[in-house]
Amino acid sequence: MKLLTHNLLSSHVRGVGTRGFPLRLQATEVRINPVEFNPDFVARMIPKVEWAALAEAVDCLNLAAIPKEPIEGFEHDETFLRKMHHVLLEVDVLEGTLQCPESGRLFPISRGIPNMLLSDDETET
Amino acid sequence: MASRGRRPEHSGPPDSRMIDIQTKMTERALELLCLPENQPCYLLDIGCGSGLSGDYISDEGHYWVGIDISTAMLDAALDRDTEGDLLLGDMGQGIPFRPGSFDGCISISAVQWLCNANKKSDIPAKRLYRFFSSLYAVLVRGARAVLQLYPENSEQLELITTQATRAGFTGGVVVDFPNSGSMGKGLQSSPLCSLATSSQLSLARAPHKMARRGLMKKSREWVLEKKARRRRQGKEVRPDTQYTGRKRKPRF
Repeated sequence: MKLLTHNLLSSHVRGVGTRGFPLRLQATEVRINPVEFNPDFVARMIPKVEWAALAEAVDCLNLAAIPKEPIEGFEHDETFLRKMHHVLLEVDVLEGTLQCPESGRLFPISRGIPNMLLSDDETET
Repeated sequence: MASRGRRPEHSGPPDSRMIDIQTKMTERALELLCLPENQPCYLLDIGCGSGLSGDYISDEGHYWVGIDISTAMLDAALDRDTEGDLLLGDMGQGIPFRPGSFDGCISISAVQWLCNANKKSDIPAKRLYRFFSSLYAVLVRGARAVLQLYPENSEQLELITTQATRAGFTGGVVVDFPNSGSMGKGLQSSPLCSLATSSQLSLARAPHKMARRGLMKKSREWVLEKKARRRRQGKEVRPDTQYTGRKRKPRF
């Protein structure tokens, strides 16, 4: 699971709504995957990123800290974009858990795939 | 590909003919998605299976997240080393993402599974609505969803489109007939149904809510409106004919 995906994932447990974000990340195995750098894509995704949640995830995984917020004119700053490309697309969480901040429900991550299956009681009707 | 009769979680990876068909269908779906040219987008692949459609999306320069209910299929996707992120999930439980996460959504041969009640507690209309309403939310405004599916019959297709409309989607069904130019010759033996919808909020609200005022109880219009309402809820309703709501003899 890439950190970009983690930044967009939100708990869909019944009754949780918007309070299901961000999912608290805990990782026991992380891998770095080289991914081809696409500055257009990174620049387009930066406005969608919830910065505080990303900073927290980066902290949880003990990665090099990211800037406190997107810098002015980031679309043309290649160093910044490459840094964000690395954090968002090249860091892969293989084993760990995601926790819903509102309900406390744990979603396990195995082989890089989060298990988001809910029981009948947890599903919104 | 929908293996007739077998639940998707019990299906294995497809054979080479199916691979070719799936790739063609993904190509057609991306075409219908009408994404802006030369712009890498972030897409959702519902029922991504072993990642065949995902590979095509990656080849087109886009990034994607796939959801599937089958661990066997997802394991196959891992072996194929797909570029998109994979999630183990049930689309009928909702799409677990923040609003406005995706630039578009495709689905190849998956959505019709929502029409099958796996357990007694499953109500297809509810699961379909849960799927469509959460999908609507996670798409960027104006983004499209192209869902290629194999409805068992027209009732199933109507159930699906009704719930999609209730959730706010506009659009319609595109049918590609066998041997037509858009799908290449001899690749499929039955019509290909693609539900191409977009979340254009300005067109979302259906007029039926206004129609209820000023309707006299038990009039023909009231009966027709009630039947339409029950159809929207996914219930079985007799077809409307010239006899619907006609005046009966006084002995009734």
